[in-house]
Amino acid sequence: MSSDAFTPGIVPGRMAAEAYAEHFSDLHPRLDDHEALVAADRCYFCHDAPCITACPTDIDIPLFIRQIATGTPDAAAKTILSQNIMGGMCARVCPTEQLCEEACVREMAEGKPVLIGQLQRYATDHLQEQGLHPFERAAPTGKSAAVVGAGPAGLSCAHRLAMLGHEVVVYDARPKAGGLNEYGIATYKTVDGYAQAEVDWLLKIGGISMEYGKALGVDVTLQSLRETHDAVFLGIGLGGVNALGAEGADKDGVLDAVDFIADLRQAQDLAQVPVGRDVVVIGGGMTAVDAAVQAKLLGALNVTLVYRRGRDRMNASVFEQDLAARKGVRIVTHAVPKAVIGNGAVREIEFDYVDDAMQPTGQTLRLAADQVFRAIGQTLVGDGLPELDGRKIKITGAGRTSVAGVWAGGDCAAGGDDLTVTAVAEGRDAAMDIHATLTA
Amino acid sequence: MADLTSEFVGIKSPNPFWLASAPPTDKEYNVRRAFDAGWGGVVWKTLGLDPHIVNVNGPRYGAVWGADRRLLGLNNIELITDRPLQTNLDEIKVVKRDYPDRAMIVSLMVPCEEEPWKFILPLVEDTGADGVELNFGCPHGMSERGMGSAVGQVPEYIEMVTRWVKANTRMPVIVKLTPNITDIRKPAEAALKGGADAVSLINTINSITSVDLDLFAPEPTIDGKGAHGGYCGPAVKPIALNMVAEIARTPELSKLPISGIGGITTWRDAAEFMALGAGNVQVCTAAMTYGFKIVQEMMSGLSEYMDSKGLTSVDQIVGRAVPNVTDWQHLNLNYVAKAKINQELCISCGRCFAACEDTSHQAIAMSDDRTFTVIDEECVACNLCVNVCPVEECITMEAMTPGTVDPRTGKVVEAEYANWTTHPNNPAAKAAE
Repeated sequence: MSSDAFTPGIVPGRMAAEAYAEHFSDLHPRLDDHEALVAADRCYFCHDAPCITACPTDIDIPLFIRQIATGTPDAAAKTILSQNIMGGMCARVCPTEQLCEEACVREMAEGKPVLIGQLQRYATDHLQEQGLHPFERAAPTGKSAAVVGAGPAGLSCAHRLAMLGHEVVVYDARPKAGGLNEYGIATYKTVDGYAQAEVDWLLKIGGISMEYGKALGVDVTLQSLRETHDAVFLGIGLGGVNALGAEGADKDGVLDAVDFIADLRQAQDLAQVPVGRDVVVIGGGMTAVDAAVQAKLLGALNVTLVYRRGRDRMNASVFEQDLAARKGVRIVTHAVPKAVIGNGAVREIEFDYVDDAMQPTGQTLRLAADQVFRAIGQTLVGDGLPELDGRKIKITGAGRTSVAGVWAGGDCAAGGDDLTVTAVAEGRDAAMDIHATLTA
Repeated sequence: MADLTSEFVGIKSPNPFWLASAPPTDKEYNVRRAFDAGWGGVVWKTLGLDPHIVNVNGPRYGAVWGADRRLLGLNNIELITDRPLQTNLDEIKVVKRDYPDRAMIVSLMVPCEEEPWKFILPLVEDTGADGVELNFGCPHGMSERGMGSAVGQVPEYIEMVTRWVKANTRMPVIVKLTPNITDIRKPAEAALKGGADAVSLINTINSITSVDLDLFAPEPTIDGKGAHGGYCGPAVKPIALNMVAEIARTPELSKLPISGIGGITTWRDAAEFMALGAGNVQVCTAAMTYGFKIVQEMMSGLSEYMDSKGLTSVDQIVGRAVPNVTDWQHLNLNYVAKAKINQELCISCGRCFAACEDTSHQAIAMSDDRTFTVIDEECVACNLCVNVCPVEECITMEAMTPGTVDPRTGKVVEAEYANWTTHPNNPAAKAAE
């Protein structure tokens, strides 16, 4: 029996087969050569450019744009990748409207920044599609480093360490590398298997061996890694999902948004991914938007994103909020889940409306729901970790933890935004500190 | 709508916009389209003697582009007409008959002997054309055969040929000058001595637009080789303006009418040429880039400008800027200005800072919050910051009021005009009288 948008429950195949490819195509198709030249020409080559300051990895943006404008995109790519080895993915997933493009003087002047993100992708794609890896390893140092977690922080750290001449072993609990790039980002942001292609390209540096299916605390321990390596970098991300503090939150159909996103990314056939008719996503960050938009793109009839505060407090950028609205997601703010209602499986979910001080207004909202996604934040999980600062690993300087010889970066480490680009910067900087320590 | 009618050396046209001798005026079909579009006149692409010349069969044009492939400069290696003389004459005649109110000038280039001129001039007269233009400017191909700029670079030849032409026709004679010389006044003077009714300038500038770095050959490349071409388009306008002004402000040449040519793309360009002394203008590259329709903008723009200035005839523009073109030595050294940055308009790109700090006078300060301000103690008013600023009117040059102290020099700004000729640092200075 075939399904459509009106079929109740959580079912696959709500759309015609061809609709899936169309809905999940590249959000921003790559600029063609002429578009890139026109976009590059808009850059003013600012002195001490604000966009560089705004970039967590300090990419020399005016320089790489000038390199594109003068017909040398591979040189541009090297400028980018020398600061940010995952510049290709960051070009796709960075909230540029809150970073480089927000700082662009043309944003101030005209409300239309230079298309920095898209230009970055133009350059990095140009280089990577030729299979070129522009970096070489230094002479072997004889030192070995363990990197735990093959996400943006771990891979960035591993690449830099390998480039500096160290031997690196990367351990990851999952069967594939990439971390959130592979499992945690909306499909339309990284099409055609780019996350794996980027990992393959990154590993061309050499000197990095990958150990998949090795979870910290299960298959390897921090203690054993410290004994077998000269340094350890933890880039383990946030493995747990915050619970929904609402009555009946254990009913069937109440799921983690991160799992839904991961399943979508790993699906061979999107038509086989089940989705509810009435989907409610609870949360206000990028994960919430990625889940809500993709639920809609899978053919859900109604998708509502519910956030407890105002839109100005949402972690998802204005661009992401607008994208959700454009795709047909209804955004409800100032509502806190109160009760999940249903007989075994969720049927409805009730919210309390709250004011800016999070006090109930006495008004409530009930939404029909056969699928509810929790997207209210993730937490660090694991035993025997270095000292924490709140709920994350405490660090000083360039990722140094409380344990000698152990560094940390990315989402698992305290401080910094939970962004891919921030993770890359932290991994890189920790690698430089590890290198300095090992070669002192 | 201002009256745009123009009279140049007795030749009337409904507006001062003529198409220059070039591919757009190569044949009847194009010229009819040009007149239908509104052009006031044409200079028919240069006629020569039969057997007609041939052109290359590869690319004839090379280009320099700005942003978004905006054509800034064009060069060409095309020669004069590559059609039989009689074909051109027949077409000129019917077009002039059908468009009697438009100016029809015929460009000519024949060998540097009197006989060929005696031969061709009556044929042109017979078409009913209004005048002839002597092509002493073409810098490629024809010059290798002793014509075009090979004549234009030798004032004696210019005078001699012009005299022959004047002796053999009743038509007004315009001498088209090449810019590939050191002093444009010399060929203009020669044309005047030979009896020319007017000069037109500039013809194209010797140029190589670019080099193919794979072939290591100049562009445009014909089977691996390239020859220099003639450069035109917006990029050459400043050179042309100066040459027009040099002629216009020379007392002995000031009565010599000028048809201005060189990168004229808009009504404003045309008005600038006229203000520097051009009685009318000729256009080519702009038409080749955008088509004949641009003349509509030129007409509406010039008209609006004239109305806003209360001008009732295009002649009232001609030469108005000439008295203000002077020599450096006559510039007022007591005039002191300072750059001023409008903080409301500033977008904090810092280009003024980079330019001033790296390459000029370290006269712009940058604060931690990217506020850029001029340091009057250092500013020499060079204008570089104005030129590199991407925001129009954001940085301006403000004249200092006489009587105030210039913080750079510590001297009071004098109200009196004083130039280099009387400056104490000038070893040749004469005491002010």
